[in-house]
Amino acid sequence: MTERGLWLEGLKRLRRNRAAIVAGAVLLFMLLLAFAGPALSPHDAETLDWEHIAVAPQFSAAGHWLGTDRLGRDLFVRTLQATQISLLIGLLATAVSLLIGISWGALAGYLGGRTDELMMRAVDVLYSLPYLFIVIILTTVFARGNVYVLFMAIGAVGWLTMARIVRGQALSLKQKEFVEAAVVAGVATPGILVRHIVPNLLGPVIVYATLAIPQMILYESFLSFLGLGVQEPLASLGSLINQGARDIESAPWILLVPAGFLVTLLVCFNFVGDGLRDAFDPRER
Amino acid sequence: MLGFAVRRIATLVPTLFVIITLSFLIIRLAPGGPFDEEQALSPAVRANLDAAYGLDQPLLTQYLRYLGGLARGDFGPSFKFRDTAVADLIAQGLPVSLTVGLAAVLLAVLTGVPLGVIAALRSNTTADHAVRTLSALGVALPSFVVGPVLALVFGLYLDWLPVAGWEAGRPRYLVLPVITLALPVMAYVARLTRTSFMEVMRSNFIRTARAKGLDEWRVLLHHGLRPALMPVVSYLGAATAFVITGSLVVETVFGLPGTGRYLVQGALNRDYTLVMGMIIVYGAITLLCNLIADLLYGWLDPRVRHD
Repeated sequence: MTERGLWLEGLKRLRRNRAAIVAGAVLLFMLLLAFAGPALSPHDAETLDWEHIAVAPQFSAAGHWLGTDRLGRDLFVRTLQATQISLLIGLLATAVSLLIGISWGALAGYLGGRTDELMMRAVDVLYSLPYLFIVIILTTVFARGNVYVLFMAIGAVGWLTMARIVRGQALSLKQKEFVEAAVVAGVATPGILVRHIVPNLLGPVIVYATLAIPQMILYESFLSFLGLGVQEPLASLGSLINQGARDIESAPWILLVPAGFLVTLLVCFNFVGDGLRDAFDPRER
Repeated sequence: MLGFAVRRIATLVPTLFVIITLSFLIIRLAPGGPFDEEQALSPAVRANLDAAYGLDQPLLTQYLRYLGGLARGDFGPSFKFRDTAVADLIAQGLPVSLTVGLAAVLLAVLTGVPLGVIAALRSNTTADHAVRTLSALGVALPSFVVGPVLALVFGLYLDWLPVAGWEAGRPRYLVLPVITLALPVMAYVARLTRTSFMEVMRSNFIRTARAKGLDEWRVLLHHGLRPALMPVVSYLGAATAFVITGSLVVETVFGLPGTGRYLVQGALNRDYTLVMGMIIVYGAITLLCNLIADLLYGWLDPRVRHD
């Protein structure tokens, strides 16, 4: 079947997957809300509204639509900004993990033999460790609250699955005639990797990347929840949930609003990722 | 089996060594020291502090000294908890964390496996859908959301259980943390069991067992369940890492005096020796649990032992 035919087939399968389509629509809406929503509200994220400390959600145009927190900050705007931060770190960390995972996996799979064994053994060892600990070490030693350190650290430990997938692909691509032709034509190994191996394994990699995004968002929120991630005045969904968890008794919405956003985000990303995998990855059928 | 066990154990030591060395290097080579964040110290005080903690020695000496200490079970002094050895903090916290962690894994397996079996036997019925929805939710919901929400519902609205505390491990105080920790593992175990049990029940040896006229219960439990549990057993190694990570959250949410909370506080305070000690202990526990899972797997499946 031609390349185009495979694509159309996949799209058709994707369109039949109602859960993935609905999740995709919800996700789009949330993205739109996260970036355009703060402008709709009469409030901003930093103003402390002393008249309204920890008020419940109000349903008037000028009110705090999702309530306020302990310091009187508007929860609607704050949650949306936190969603932006969480999404941003999730996407950047995924990009970092793609970069490392593709390089590592493609090299191991293409070179094969001893090198492959050693490289994948290292992946196995790292796999068996609670990888978030490595992130915790990194956040201990580097300046805390630095968003760059945060997504680099999360991405640097999230590449293991990607490396395994890429290696598998590289192993099978290595046998293909066009790679043999390139070898015979005298193309050097780096050239083969960049020109022939990597472009051809991007399809499944992109599919799995959509499943990696919610993972990365989860790691980030986890760290921020523990106080090791994003720092005030910035907030991510994890740090908002942490604040909310402190007084669930008097003001449960401070917990429930960001928690609801995070869970919806994660569930939608997972449904979309699963849908894409089922539609485009032939191994699953 | 013995040879397999020995070979498997032999790989344990170098891995632990790698963990120790790596965390030592990262922490010691990183910019900034443990005393940098306090008020500016006079050079003399600073030099004394460095000398007291051996930080003025060459890196290799420090490393060897640390290894020597480890061999005697000495993780060094905590930088921030004055006059307290890291080993003491670990000895205080570990029983709490182990109790909660083991209870969670037990609960997860004891509920997850039956749920998976029921779902597989009644596939595409309401029961099956219920189990599948539950496990999808359990996997997707992060523990730092589940924990506070459970505390809100069962601790405050219904007032059935205490919201936080330890009270020397009284069972009432364990319920919510253990359930929070067990939920994602249970969900995953149920999903794994369902898939593999359905596959096993379609295989030829099950048909043969039934054709021999064996009792259906015997077919299910003896012939069906044993091979179906293989993926669950191999997941248990990974589950340990998961439970340890989750325990950081659960101990923070429910105020348990375990090692997870020390790790978080150590990281927040830049207490280097404490963080390193915790990483090494947790690394060793993870490796040990992976080992147990592998040995169990080898015992269940003879093919694994001979490669």
